[in-house]
Amino acid sequence: MTIAEKILAAKSGRSSVFPGEIVDACPDLVMSHTATWRSVSVMQRIGATKLYDPERLAIVLDHISPAKTEKYAADQQTSRNFARQYGIRKFYDVDAGIAHLVLMEAGHVAPGDLIVGTDSHCTIYGSLGALGTGIGYTEVTSVWITGKLWMKVPESIRITLQGGFDHGVYSKDLMLYLIGKLGADGCTYSSVEFYGTVADLSISERMTMANLAMEMGVKCVFIPPDEKTADYLKGRLAEGRTFQPVLADADASYAKHLDVDLADLVPMVACPHDVENTKPIGDVEGTPINQAFLGSCANAKYEDLVVAARILKGRRVDPSVRLIVTPGSKQIMLEAMNSGVLQTLLESGGMVTNPGCGACAGDGGMLADGEVCLSTANRNFLGRMGSNKSQIYLSSPATLAASAIRGVITDPREFLGN
Amino acid sequence: MEAVIEGRVYKFGDNINSDIIIPGRYLIYIDREKLAEHAFEMLGQGVAAKLRSFDILVAGRNFGGGSAREQAATAIQGLGIKAVVACSFARTFYRNAINDGLPIVECPAIYDTVQEGDQIRIDLGSGIIRHNGAEYPFPKMPDSVRQILELGGLANYLKAQLTP
Ligand code: SF4
Repeated sequence: MTIAEKILAAKSGRSSVFPGEIVDACPDLVMSHTATWRSVSVMQRIGATKLYDPERLAIVLDHISPAKTEKYAADQQTSRNFARQYGIRKFYDVDAGIAHLVLMEAGHVAPGDLIVGTDSHCTIYGSLGALGTGIGYTEVTSVWITGKLWMKVPESIRITLQGGFDHGVYSKDLMLYLIGKLGADGCTYSSVEFYGTVADLSISERMTMANLAMEMGVKCVFIPPDEKTADYLKGRLAEGRTFQPVLADADASYAKHLDVDLADLVPMVACPHDVENTKPIGDVEGTPINQAFLGSCANAKYEDLVVAARILKGRRVDPSVRLIVTPGSKQIMLEAMNSGVLQTLLESGGMVTNPGCGACAGDGGMLADGEVCLSTANRNFLGRMGSNKSQIYLSSPATLAASAIRGVITDPREFLGN
Repeated sequence: MEAVIEGRVYKFGDNINSDIIIPGRYLIYIDREKLAEHAFEMLGQGVAAKLRSFDILVAGRNFGGGSAREQAATAIQGLGIKAVVACSFARTFYRNAINDGLPIVECPAIYDTVQEGDQIRIDLGSGIIRHNGAEYPFPKMPDSVRQILELGGLANYLKAQLTP
């Protein structure tokens, strides 16, 4: 069996499952973010008062936080009160950061886990070998109450990486390349497993991969857990939990195989207004930008901030550009503060906001008619960051930093030497 | 939900994502009517008003891609749309539509032949769309999923299970 098949079999009490089969699966964790109040309202509407297991709930208030209007404040209050009333211990308030990053940092995600939540980028948990997938808020309520949901066993696709990245090329570029090649629906309903030199990539780079995989339609994605995963989880996992990787069988069957040589890749940019609209940096170099957003669950981890800071150190952001840095979590912000990374980003002309989704969710950093934003996030959809006459390009943190300095989309390799 | 849905078609292209269907700034609402007022706003003022005179959406590939926001399905229902037919759906939208009681049908074969304003008839029971005398089969939904749709969505389904 593949990794997805093994996890779905285990969570539905079966010895084996096959693609296309529908099973009733019991998730280990149900995450909900800013959408929590909506699930609470469904619970009230249907008159339910009991949770299947409060220990399986995780709530993080990340989008639009702290509240920017009275309505947001009231909704957050609803979520907070619910967490208190039901004794939800995995509750993180508006200071914590982006749900996905917070939950992984806190050790709530382990290999073999089945995690569903009110966010499409739940696929990111596959960076640690867990099956993560997004569902709507009504379905979250359903899982809160019943402890299970129907799931279709996906077909699996195997992507084998060879070689290593050239300098200036990162896993963001790999994923933009793949999304462009396979299309926004290239892996719809499928589970993708990465093999080969993915083993050389850091956990942070793997998180970016599993996050962006959503943009090619995956149901879930896996980077098979290894030593690096074990190291990351050491000291994080809750007591009583051990590192037990779930790996595919040698005779597992895949619907598709794909090989990518990392050495062939160059920095990539996704152009407006679809993530699949990707181009090699050479095709878009020189495009003027008004805003550079270094943020989101895709690329605002500590390593990402370091990459940007290295390029920005001793240089200035072009006066025509607003550089907005939104660290992914409080932990990340603390680390960046202690190491001097935040200082570099500020001194170069950037501004730093509180951790969370920030501009990615339309919280500050909105764009006016005709403005262009280069962003390290995962979506560049029409109007996502403001006016429907604005444009969003997506890139790696390195490309973002180089472009902020020049004021136009710029190949980061010229700042990185050899 | 009706087992047979008949009506006039409005046609969309590929990649109509959930940010286009309902922008993030309106997720403060969960109410159908409120959401419908802002549905498809990014495509221009007046699109929502126009859509109200149609019954069925026909779209290209990857309809509802992107965000897992359930309100994308809710907003479409708020416009009075009774079903969505597409070449393919994003899986999050697919689930949300079922959970919201909005019938969805994957049928790439019909896409090129149907035009805006055409009349089509979707028979969910037999898994066939009729258009201009031709028949287009589509894969039927599993019974468990149809049951949720028939009760008008997951909330009603849950409620029915909770009431002895
Ligand atoms: S950072 Fe952006 S993509 Fe990630 S959860 Fe927040 S709004 Fe969604």
